[in-house]
Amino acid sequence: LRMAAAGAAGQEKQLAPTLLSFFIYNPKLGPKEGEEEKKILFYHPNEVEKNEKIRNVGLCEAIVQFTRTFSPTKPAKSLHTQKNRQFFHEPEENFWMVMVVRNPIIEKHKDGKPVYEYQEEELLDKVYSSVLQQCYSMYKLFNGTFLRAMEDGGVKMLKERLEKFFHRYLQTLHLQSCDLLDVFCGISFFPLDKMTYLKIQSFINRMEESLNIVKYTAFLYNDQLIWSGLEQDDMRILYKYLTTSLFPRHMEPELAGRDSPIRAEMPGNLQHYGRFLTGPLNLNDPETKCRFPKIFVNTDDTYEELHLIVYKRISPLPFLCLTASIPPTLEFCRKLDSIVGPQLTVLASDICEQYNINKRISGAEKEPQFKFIYFNHMNLAEKSTIHMRKTPSVSLASVHPDLMKILGDINSDFSRVDEDEEIIVKAMSDYWVVGKKSDQRELYVILNQKNVNLIEVNEEVKKLCATQFNNIFFLD
Amino acid sequence: MGCDPPGPAEDEALGAAAAAAAGAAGREGGGEEGEERARGGAEAGGCYLALCARPVHFEKANPVNCVFFDEANKQVFAVRSGGATGVVVKGLEDRNPISFRMEDKGEVKCIKFSLGNKILAVQRTLKSVDFLNFIPDSPQLEYTQECKTKNANILGFCWTSSTEIVFITDQGIEFYQVLPEKRSLKLLKNQSINVNWYMYCPESSVILLSTTVLGNVLQPFYFKSGTMAKLSKFEIELPAAPKSSKLSLSERDIAMATIYGQLYVLYLRHHSRTSNSTGAEVVLYHLPREGSCKKTHILKLNRTGKFALNVVDNLVVVHHQDTETSVIFDIKLKGEFDGSTTIHQFVLPPRSIQPYQIPVAGPASVTSQAPVPCKLYSSSWIVFQPDIIISASEGYLWSLQVKLEPVVNLLLDKGKLMDFLLQRKECKMVILSVCSQMLSEPERGSLSVIATVFDKLNNEYKKYLEAEQSYTMVVETGLSRSNPLLKRPVRTQAVIDQSDMYTHVLSVFTEKKEAPHKFTIAVLMEYIRSLNQFQIAVQHYLYELVIKTLVQHNLFYMLHQFLQYHVLSDSKPLACLLLSLESIYPPAHQLSLDMLKRLSTANDEIVEVLLSKHQVLAALRFIRGIGGHDSISARKFLDAAKQAEDEMLFYTIFRFFEQRNQRLRGNPSFTPGEHCEEHVTFFKQVFGEHALMKPTTF
Repeated sequence: LRMAAAGAAGQEKQLAPTLLSFFIYNPKLGPKEGEEEKKILFYHPNEVEKNEKIRNVGLCEAIVQFTRTFSPTKPAKSLHTQKNRQFFHEPEENFWMVMVVRNPIIEKHKDGKPVYEYQEEELLDKVYSSVLQQCYSMYKLFNGTFLRAMEDGGVKMLKERLEKFFHRYLQTLHLQSCDLLDVFCGISFFPLDKMTYLKIQSFINRMEESLNIVKYTAFLYNDQLIWSGLEQDDMRILYKYLTTSLFPRHMEPELAGRDSPIRAEMPGNLQHYGRFLTGPLNLNDPETKCRFPKIFVNTDDTYEELHLIVYKRISPLPFLCLTASIPPTLEFCRKLDSIVGPQLTVLASDICEQYNINKRISGAEKEPQFKFIYFNHMNLAEKSTIHMRKTPSVSLASVHPDLMKILGDINSDFSRVDEDEEIIVKAMSDYWVVGKKSDQRELYVILNQKNVNLIEVNEEVKKLCATQFNNIFFLD
Repeated sequence: MGCDPPGPAEDEALGAAAAAAAGAAGREGGGEEGEERARGGAEAGGCYLALCARPVHFEKANPVNCVFFDEANKQVFAVRSGGATGVVVKGLEDRNPISFRMEDKGEVKCIKFSLGNKILAVQRTLKSVDFLNFIPDSPQLEYTQECKTKNANILGFCWTSSTEIVFITDQGIEFYQVLPEKRSLKLLKNQSINVNWYMYCPESSVILLSTTVLGNVLQPFYFKSGTMAKLSKFEIELPAAPKSSKLSLSERDIAMATIYGQLYVLYLRHHSRTSNSTGAEVVLYHLPREGSCKKTHILKLNRTGKFALNVVDNLVVVHHQDTETSVIFDIKLKGEFDGSTTIHQFVLPPRSIQPYQIPVAGPASVTSQAPVPCKLYSSSWIVFQPDIIISASEGYLWSLQVKLEPVVNLLLDKGKLMDFLLQRKECKMVILSVCSQMLSEPERGSLSVIATVFDKLNNEYKKYLEAEQSYTMVVETGLSRSNPLLKRPVRTQAVIDQSDMYTHVLSVFTEKKEAPHKFTIAVLMEYIRSLNQFQIAVQHYLYELVIKTLVQHNLFYMLHQFLQYHVLSDSKPLACLLLSLESIYPPAHQLSLDMLKRLSTANDEIVEVLLSKHQVLAALRFIRGIGGHDSISARKFLDAAKQAEDEMLFYTIFRFFEQRNQRLRGNPSFTPGEHCEEHVTFFKQVFGEHALMKPTTF
């Protein structure tokens, strides 16, 4: 669609929003004049000249300080300028994260010369503020809090960790395809019947009992969550990591390997039931490295440091994501493989059967009749028929960006009031966009029908609610 | 075996038999007593067999007092001087002894009451049996019946009902109807067959005859209300080919008993030196009412010597005199199946019967003696089916009992323990205590063991529920009349339902709080999983227990996930419980409303919940959506709107009801019955009188 849009514009060329800079500072670290550089903990791009860095940080500081006089508890979150937009976020006291995004540009040709037109109102504050917040959450998941790093090894340690993490992470931000889903940062749940769910429960409980270093377990199937022993906020960001980074990275070589006669990347793994997406590559090799990424959870409370073990069945798709309190050994991995593998095989077939039943009932094999996004703030459940399957890099919306922008706008309206609301927008070329908010749930529907009126649109949405959401309390 | 003791004709009375018999079934070799004896006592811990606390005490056998036992009525007869100085009859069930005198017409060989103690039969000679009526107002004179077959000797007789009797002679059987008023007998049926010995199982009314020279071909007959049916005969495989043609199967090695509702012939096959078996074994032949008798089970004794058999609570008990221990077998437990028979090892390690103190003589005795320990496995013991042990020398009759508590510590495999316990009569409290035990330290079981136990309990529970359900269905559809045999399913103690588990195990366990909460929740979920697996509807109180535990440990996210996947099934009480959690966990509100919505019978509750949150418009929209807005109380909504302190809201609601009034009654004003005067006044105050809707007339 986007391609088509670009083509239709003829001479025009659209330039997507890009990341201009990203920095983290703490004003308390260099309060004196002449020591301003000490405030800066991380700056991207690093090549920027020192004084400019200081100037930019100083500007942000000033804006925040200035807006604080009007709203002491809620200082400025973003700054709109013609060419770009700046987002501010204070995740920990006095630690500020700033992301500067260049507005999208339309490049026109006038008299043979390119003319750039900045689109000041295209970017949605909520979307990019959420992206910035997720940057912090993701950092914290793998590194713990800023403060903890300072306590561990002072500013030097914190700077090292920030550099190491964000250097790579910023490259994976795909600012051009951020949308409403980034605001929600929700979790897609796998629909399952009670009995299969209880079997999974039972399996997890028994596994945690026999592998006693396992603290929390999450169970996923088809990139969808079935069970999380971790608390909601930790699971939310871990889920994002697993589904947008870890799983896709491993999916591609596996799919590729299916056609090639030799699976070089996992030698000897065939006699095992599954494999470790983190940790040892080959269980048969005693020399294999047994290192697992560390994650930090419950940072507001017990501050737990855990080792992330991601184990996957070879053929169908259940993923097991475990966290251990002490570093797992190779022996542990072998035990896990032998205990969990066979049981997971049985469960996988149960789930698979259930999955097929669900598919038959809902008729999901057909193209979904309605394009909608649903989100529940309470359990972070998210469902979208608008987005294509997530690829390793991005999740692509299948509708025109303008429609996505309308969704974003409705969402912003919703977040301003507490009451239940319903907004119906007539968009271009026979498109209708409906937003509904009921208690903590939000539903966005995009309809495309010729010559319909408001009442008919309302009826259509009612129909959708009756079929898709009949088991929840959703006000008409 | 007829009226008592084992041996044929010559040793009929207990007094005489006592000296020699080790038990009803089996003796081998001499009576080497001594060193072997000590063993039983050493292993006294965990005795799972015991003699009943209230035995029948009778005058011990002596030259002037003959003692007889009748298996059918479980009565002991003490006959003094051939009856002339008195006959005393005592039973296990009937506690009041019957005493009478009868003329001494010679030595009594056998004496038995018919069922219900109606008629007494006494055998004094080999040719005839004498009868005496015990029915009030009937002739009191004795009458006699001689056996019909010429030259035949009566081996014994059995009552098969209150007025039907079978004579077993060495040449066949004769089935009579006794006519007490006429003081005579009428032959119903007879059958000629050479008989070595016979055995009677009163429970199933089956008489077994040993025929042929070797005696190992057994011919069963079944008696029922005046009819006699010949069942198919079968042959007992003897351990080794007999060398000579003489009687090779002794009645001492045969017993008949009903096990799990089926009749079995138990054959004690002694260890033979020629075969390489490791010891004696008990071979079970299943004797169905129809069809042929089949060898089905082999119980391995792994020892040799003198044995006696009892059947208690569907368990085969084998007493071993040499070691003074007993073992038990349960044919329902898994054994080794060789294609035709199942081979069983004993369930528990051999143990002696629990030490028994002979109670001090009755209340009449003034001297307070210390109780005397009873000699167990005494050579004077005689064992009868199914569960009777008699000590003729001491004058006691006991029934044997199985104690379940000691079993718990002897059978460590909890799955097998449950299989065993679930088949026992008095199992409930023991099972519940096993459940409690496996959930708490120091013997806490693993989750998979706990799951196995729950599954076994629920399997039994489900079977009962299904039987109950199909019974109810048959009764409701009126089909019961066409099926008179239909009976309400019996709820045995093995049916352990959710309420039992909740009261005795789970609520106690969660309240104790000694286990880590992770384990507590895992156990509760495991129980719920098991119930679901057997498609048993889970009771609300179990869900409440889960929720309580989760809330106590602030595991709200876990709770949320359980509700999301409907693991905790919807119900009004559960929805109300969730509502009450809203203050500590706000999402509970949403969960509760969702649940009420799904119930579809809780629309009033939904309205109440919304009104209580001042979501008056939402409540109104909801009720309109389900088409109930014409019957709702205007006052209720107006009250809520007023409390919300939102004038526009009040206006909207007020107007809605004015319009309703207009539509329903043709006038927008409220009727006195609606009690809305206060709200009308308020409306006028705020918006002015002119704001009231004008009645529209057409």
